Amino acid sequence: MGITDLLIILLSLAALFAGLTVAVLGLIWLERKVLGRLQQRLGPTRAGPMGLFQPLADALKLILKEDIVPSSAEKAVFWIAPVIVVLSAFVVWVTIPASHTLVVENLDLGLFYIIAVSVIGIMGLVMAGWGSANKYGTLGSLRAAAQLISYEIPVIMVVVAVAMLAQSMDLRVIVERQGSYPFVLLQPLGLVIFFIAGLAEVGRTPFDIYHAESEVVGGPFVEYSGAHWSVFFLAEYINTFAIAALTTLLFLGGWAGPLLPPIVWFLLKTLAVVLVVFWVRGTFPRLRIDQLMAFAWKALVPLSFYAVISTAIYQFYGWPAWSLSLMSLAGLLAVGYLVYQRMTGPARRVAQVRARQQAAMQSRRSGISGGPVAPPAAQTPSAPGQS
Amino acid sequence: MSLYLFALLAFLTLAGGLGVVSTRNVVHAALYLLLSLLAVAGIYLILFAEFLALVQVLIYGGAVVIVVLFAIMLTRSSEYPRISDNRQWPLALVAALGLLGVLAAAFLAAPIQITQLQSPDFTALSGSLFTKWAVPFEIASLVLLVALIGAIIIARAGKNER
Repeated sequence: MGITDLLIILLSLAALFAGLTVAVLGLIWLERKVLGRLQQRLGPTRAGPMGLFQPLADALKLILKEDIVPSSAEKAVFWIAPVIVVLSAFVVWVTIPASHTLVVENLDLGLFYIIAVSVIGIMGLVMAGWGSANKYGTLGSLRAAAQLISYEIPVIMVVVAVAMLAQSMDLRVIVERQGSYPFVLLQPLGLVIFFIAGLAEVGRTPFDIYHAESEVVGGPFVEYSGAHWSVFFLAEYINTFAIAALTTLLFLGGWAGPLLPPIVWFLLKTLAVVLVVFWVRGTFPRLRIDQLMAFAWKALVPLSFYAVISTAIYQFYGWPAWSLSLMSLAGLLAVGYLVYQRMTGPARRVAQVRARQQAAMQSRRSGISGGPVAPPAAQTPSAPGQS
Repeated sequence: MSLYLFALLAFLTLAGGLGVVSTRNVVHAALYLLLSLLAVAGIYLILFAEFLALVQVLIYGGAVVIVVLFAIMLTRSSEYPRISDNRQWPLALVAALGLLGVLAAAFLAAPIQITQLQSPDFTALSGSLFTKWAVPFEIASLVLLVALIGAIIIARAGKNER
């Protein structure tokens, strides 16, 4: 390897870093605007046209803030944790292609590399929580470890299904194999699992219990301030962008599209996924920790196995493409029905009890108004029991 | 170039291993273990075994160390700076030296023939794993399954006693 090769690699890494920073600033602005609109607010308006400079102002504020290290913290672990988190978030991007040629280093095992490297980020969160010598921090990092390891499994299984469909782990090959139709048509269940588990991996709002302000006051980040905290923030947005980009590459056909140049299609599709992420954040309440774990192990893990097995059957017997879509959709619908039943169950039970009470009340009232009835004294004691 | 890299990685591996046994803090030991395991992944990388390196990062660097830390934090959260007592260190030293002796003897008795550098193709690797080595692979997964069931049974037994 010559000096020029090294220089090229360094330059492309620097370009990647610059691009990601711009993307993160854009995402922060977009998220504040979109969340504002979802909550019938305006979002940032003051800094620059349409508040465009708001993220810059935020970043400046964070960097100028005092960076406090608690006196009882493990200094070395405390300092190195944010670096590990942001490095693992950044290094994932090395092999994510934005178009056929626009990639820092395309790897044959690209998908596997992304999964392996992103695990290191969990380590950073655990170190952050433990290093800050704070009860909330330790609790938060325990939750983070449990949550992220659990949701890693469905992500890996769905990625296996996609790799089986594409017969490759190379992200460029995966996109090329989606030339005639994107994999979302073949494996819609896979897209749903990947998106949900990906949200959990990033720790975005329905799944942000490990750094929930109202429960563990920031979790692993509780003692961090200033530039250190902003590094975690940066990592979270880079990860969100990565999940959106991976959803695009694995299921939505990557940069394929008519008329416009590939990079524009890639960015448009990624942006659409990012908007769904923000929309989900503005819509759903946070899951409790037990609900979160139960959902991963009882719903997503079996479903992801179903996705792998259905893909394997389709591949092995060489069935027509629509058969896999049918199997996948059937799984999705069955689960959707079950979740609907489960979610609306308490409300339906309450409604039933209400209806019964009302019926009882009405029959009593009609009994009082008309004709000879049993004495009211016999009926009153039963009323509290019914409610 | 690769010699320097190897020297650096070997140093990191050994330093991590020494840290694991010499530190008094269990969490620090786990973190040193992480360093050591990641450096081993680096050694796999300079041997062109990319798949092995990634597996090392995913399984050992990620999952195993995280589970170890998880267990430490869950079980002994009351004693905050966790001090380990290394009372069994002479025994461990004997065991480690014995293992080193066996490995060194095996290496000296049957020196590895360096034939050719080749980076194994991922599809070829998986092909041979699931055809030629299918039975050992299945046995390995069976062992994991047995361990899993054992863990569940132990956990349930604890529940019944309460």
